[in-house]
Amino acid sequence: MRITQGTFSFLPDLTDDEITAQIAYALEHGWPCSVEYTDDPHPRNTYWEMWGLPLFDLADPAAVLDEVRACRGEHPEHYVRVNAYDASLGRQTVALSFLVNRPSEEPGFRVDRQEGADRRVTYSIHSYATERPAGARYGGARGGSRSNGHGSGHGQH
Amino acid sequence: MIVLRIVGPHAQAMADRWSAGVIPYAEMGYWQPDYEPKDTDLLCAFRVTPQDGVPPEEAGAAVAGESSTATWTVVWTDRLTTFEHYQAKCYRVEPVPGVEGQWIAHIAYDLDLFEEGSIANLTSSIIGNVFGFKPLKALRLEDMRIPPHYVKTFQGPAHGIVTEREYLNKFGRPLLGATTKPKLGLSARNYGRVVYEALRGGLDFTKDDENINSQPFMRWRDRYLACMEAVNRAQAETGEVKGHYLNVTAADMEDIYERAEFARDLGSVIVMVDLTVGYTAIQSLAKWARRNGVILHLHRAGHATYTRQKNHGVSFRVISKWMRLAGVDHIHAGTVVGKLEGDPASVHGFYDVLRKGRYDADPSKGLYFEQDWVSMPAVMPVASGGIHAGQMHQLLHHLGEDTVLQFGGGTIGHPMGIAAGAEANRVAVESMIKARNEGRDYLTEGPEILRDAAKRNKPLDMALSTWGDVTFDYASTDTVDATPTPA
Repeated sequence: MRITQGTFSFLPDLTDDEITAQIAYALEHGWPCSVEYTDDPHPRNTYWEMWGLPLFDLADPAAVLDEVRACRGEHPEHYVRVNAYDASLGRQTVALSFLVNRPSEEPGFRVDRQEGADRRVTYSIHSYATERPAGARYGGARGGSRSNGHGSGHGQH
Repeated sequence: MIVLRIVGPHAQAMADRWSAGVIPYAEMGYWQPDYEPKDTDLLCAFRVTPQDGVPPEEAGAAVAGESSTATWTVVWTDRLTTFEHYQAKCYRVEPVPGVEGQWIAHIAYDLDLFEEGSIANLTSSIIGNVFGFKPLKALRLEDMRIPPHYVKTFQGPAHGIVTEREYLNKFGRPLLGATTKPKLGLSARNYGRVVYEALRGGLDFTKDDENINSQPFMRWRDRYLACMEAVNRAQAETGEVKGHYLNVTAADMEDIYERAEFARDLGSVIVMVDLTVGYTAIQSLAKWARRNGVILHLHRAGHATYTRQKNHGVSFRVISKWMRLAGVDHIHAGTVVGKLEGDPASVHGFYDVLRKGRYDADPSKGLYFEQDWVSMPAVMPVASGGIHAGQMHQLLHHLGEDTVLQFGGGTIGHPMGIAAGAEANRVAVESMIKARNEGRDYLTEGPEILRDAAKRNKPLDMALSTWGDVTFDYASTDTVDATPTPA
């Protein structure tokens, strides 16, 4: 499957030039960028690991891209994202967040159902990757890719 | 019958103010052209169409009177009060440019006239009686400045745009939704199929329509169970947070709460309610939504009965203000390009009312007053009705990023299926955001940006060839008076 978190997950993976253009857009708006990575892509996993502190006071997108590259180099089989942060009054939240790396295989999730009375079902989303310990979740240890059975699929992948 | 005397050169002196009988409102203190509104005053702009022979100042004074302390004749019991304090004051009357017989009356109301935190009281005061007043042919409440002192007595949006985005983990692009179609007749099982396909295909939200409550073909409880199965399956397929607006509209608050609690217990991130339930029910549900961590979507069912006609009723920009105070997180506010009423300038004004922290008066958008929301969270405007992927550049241009674009027919009617329709919309919005951020003139180059994206994506290609040239180009009924002078 292909996790579709982030602003551009339905497009082909961004090239470094395209990543730079997005970073430049953020910096033009005065939004500092930060790089984060994880091997637990559960939709409710808010706190990915921070690749250092947010990069405040930068003018040159290349400096952010250097950090993206460094993080990808260290964690090639993790999800890596760039967040742009808007600290202005009334926002004070993330303005843009997009993936810049994903593992070569994405095993995806299953739905666990706990059946209760009155036809109620309690659901939880289980990430296959987290069956393995942190740090050993991706990268060749698992078998082939799982299909999510999309009829139309994302033709570009 | 109400008799309204004409203000004439023989205006009575204040000494006559307490003579029994009928005297013009203007002479009872409701017309005060020298009045300087206080920071704490609530200000209204009314579009007034007086009956023939009624001078505009008297008409404005009558509106001020009938929406505050006055009755049709002099009452001595006024003298038991500090009546000047409670009287609304019409302080300005201006002719509407280019329209015969219409004026904009500006009226100031002291804050003491209103109960804290009550839309019902505010509206009973301001629009309670006066819209049926015989000396006026027609009356429209165009805008209202709500002083910060009064704003702060309301809860406001249960969560607001920032919290909603953080909750959903979705940033930097409009959210996408679809209303399940057909609106009526699907069984719960079939209904949930539409929800599942649309969400796994790429939409963030699906939605019950306003008239899906609990009918014989599908009871609410069955629908909720089916939809939450679909939502959870779609979350697992995509790794994203998804939601379906479960409509909790019902005949009474007991039923509304029962449905909302069931939705919460099933893990739904959002519920919806119709404007038809009334202001008090909406305020109650907004409090419930904040207490329970559930986003509240409002469908403006019925609004056009009183918002659409330009000479009579209440402008939607006022309804937008009331609903931000009342505490909804989403509200349908027009599309500009879709099938429903929505003049671009007016819609831009509604979006400012809902989203901005403060703004200045701007006649070009129909905003008569400045408004300071003093940190009250923003409401997410929802664009729905006859929009499709081929309009993505125009939608982004007119409506911006903090909006939910809802493509009902434009998702479910896709020739390759519902999931493909959803994917087409998602690819279109991401392509447009990417191009905009890269500095392209996306409004002009929009069709080209979409065509390029469609070369790599069959569902978008099919959507563009199916709907690419569909437009709804009719003159709007509700327009702003001012047109900007070309530079």
